[in-house]
Amino acid sequence: MKYLSCLFVALCLGGCETVEPWERGTLAKPGMQWQTDPMEISLRAQIHASKEASSGGQGAAGGGCGCN
Amino acid sequence: MGQSAPPVSLPLLSAGSAASYSLDSLRGKVVYLDFWASWCGPCRLSFPQLEQLRRDLGPRGFEVLAVNVDEFERDAQRFLEEVPVSYPVVRDAAGETPRSYGVPGMPTGFLIDRAGVVRLVHQGYRKSDGASLRSAITELLGEEWSQ
Repeated sequence: MKYLSCLFVALCLGGCETVEPWERGTLAKPGMQWQTDPMEISLRAQIHASKEASSGGQGAAGGGCGCN
Repeated sequence: MGQSAPPVSLPLLSAGSAASYSLDSLRGKVVYLDFWASWCGPCRLSFPQLEQLRRDLGPRGFEVLAVNVDEFERDAQRFLEEVPVSYPVVRDAAGETPRSYGVPGMPTGFLIDRAGVVRLVHQGYRKSDGASLRSAITELLGEEWSQ
């Protein structure tokens, strides 16, 4: 089993590929983004920061009231 | 930077053209070698500015040579229909040229002096970059050069 999982990891690593800066055309497509709507990203970040009463990691200060 | 520019000899992008264009043919001119792709946002910003620089400084011996690195030629042509330029645009789909120049990001421009030496590497493009490029080019244009 141990041997098999090692083999599996090795096989997966074989799929790793360095993408040069000039080859990123496909990666730049909207479908390749985690989220495509910048408005939605900032909205979600703000709600997350206020509901969790936390800041940081999202670049927003304050928390709690959802008004910042 | 400070080294002589690796050779560039690539086919022109213009439709149905098999003619190749080389950097060597521009020896004696100050050249801005621009690596670009249709998917690169700042490239769209740089094209009108480079066109203007070429229009203003061309008579003094400045030329732009743009190298397209798109995967599909159609994308590049669509881009050029939207942002037309008068300077030569060549195409390197295999990526040999950006590799030989070690292009660190898109877009990257290499400012090459009259003797064929890379004098400035310009990575990325912001609206305000046109002015600093203009002064760098003007400085190189003023340099003495003999065969």
